[in-house]
Amino acid sequence: MSFADSIRAQMPLRRWVMAAIGIGIIAYCALALNWSWLQTPKYQGMILEGVWNTIWILVVTMVLGFILAIPIGFVQAAGPWYLARPAQAFCTVIRGTPLLLQLWLLYYGLGSLFPMYPWIRESDLWPILRQAWPYAVLALTLSVAGYEGEVMRGAFKGVPQGQLEAARAFGMSRWGVFRRIWLPQAVARVLPTIGGETVLQMKSTPLVATITVIDIYAVASRVRQDTFIIYEPLLLLALVYLIIAGVIVALFAWFESRLPKRIA
Amino acid sequence: MADGSALSASLDLLAYSPPGWGANLLRGLGNTVLIALGAYGVGMFLGTLGAFGKLYGGPLMRDLLGLYTTMVRAIPELVLILILYFAVTDLVNQALLAMGYDRIQISGVAAGIMVLGVVQGAYATEVLRGAIQSVPAGQIEAARAMGMSPLLVARRITLPLMLPAAIPGMANLWMIVTKDTALLAVVGFNELVQESRQAAGTTKAFFTFFMAAGVLFLCMSLVSNQIFARIEAWANKGNKRGGI
Repeated sequence: MSFADSIRAQMPLRRWVMAAIGIGIIAYCALALNWSWLQTPKYQGMILEGVWNTIWILVVTMVLGFILAIPIGFVQAAGPWYLARPAQAFCTVIRGTPLLLQLWLLYYGLGSLFPMYPWIRESDLWPILRQAWPYAVLALTLSVAGYEGEVMRGAFKGVPQGQLEAARAFGMSRWGVFRRIWLPQAVARVLPTIGGETVLQMKSTPLVATITVIDIYAVASRVRQDTFIIYEPLLLLALVYLIIAGVIVALFAWFESRLPKRIA
Repeated sequence: MADGSALSASLDLLAYSPPGWGANLLRGLGNTVLIALGAYGVGMFLGTLGAFGKLYGGPLMRDLLGLYTTMVRAIPELVLILILYFAVTDLVNQALLAMGYDRIQISGVAAGIMVLGVVQGAYATEVLRGAIQSVPAGQIEAARAMGMSPLLVARRITLPLMLPAAIPGMANLWMIVTKDTALLAVVGFNELVQESRQAAGTTKAFFTFFMAAGVLFLCMSLVSNQIFARIEAWANKGNKRGGI
């Protein structure tokens, strides 16, 4: 199929019309609405800082949460009951309560308990514990660990028994079986879902603004408070999140295309 | 720290009648359930329309629905709540003013139900679309051949047959909507999380009240799990185990 043909297949007339209407709406928004605040250097700096905070919180909590999810899923799939039960309870609690509540429980709850202990206040960690971001990172990480732990449990269970027996028959140690056979095959099973989970996690990040972390959502709220402009910062916010979601989806699609599809 | 007196002090704070805050928490729970039920209903309605539109609608309809589900699934609920809340209040008021009426204040419950319902509708569209696709095409063709109208086919054949495939996804959506009601706390609506924050702010007992709210949410999710397990067993009554 030539390039022109593929364009024709992808873009029939109605899509050109829709695209034209879309561009018209964007042009109207750009021209008719009040974007003067975007030109002030103060807000430009804040927006960049906010986007950066949103992105690093997303990446850090996804990575840490996934690392935690591996043991949580594994003990549920193959561990003894005294490890499996607490892991199961952890997943139930995380998945059964709103993230906003978990976040506030950690920030306001722990935050109000810590100052009562003098040794915590005197420790070197106190300047960090007084800030908001450690609680945001902790809450979002535990959330990923809870949801992904459940997914990993199914993935570990899904690896065929014969694979593990074959590895044992080759004389691999138990750790060797886990590291070389069990874990890679379980991770291969969940990889297609991680892109979607990352988008869901991105949609949870604005909650950290409620505990005074300055992410892009907090910046937009600040602009709205300062300037009394209602819609424009919200539209910018939606655009930023759409772009981040698009980048995440594209990244994972590229990543997946480079992996072998066959799963034992 | 956690000796007997601290525990009994916490329990006093949670007592039903003032000075305890139990009644406030339960009222918040009631609002949470109300909004969740309403939004779930709206979402299921929009989702059914969306799923049929995506499967059987014209190309333009499919593109528009695709736009709707993609946007809702990519933009955080918190942002959508703010945008829809302000935009819809504004539009309704402008329409009212144009028709010569006074502006009105849209109630928090109505706004919450509407906004969360629109969000739910996008996810329900995808769940129900997958479920409808699981209905064997021969069943629908046979019903059409019997001369049933499209509405009758939907009511008698497609909807009952897709139920077993739809219920796990719809149960999941119910869990999501009960938790999403917490987001309305950010715009100041008095659901469970907001009530517990107010109680905690007044008494400074943050841990007690957020824990109590968490326990209530957990109970709600455990009860819902039981109910959905029943519904799933009921919907699968006609299916033999092991398929075909």
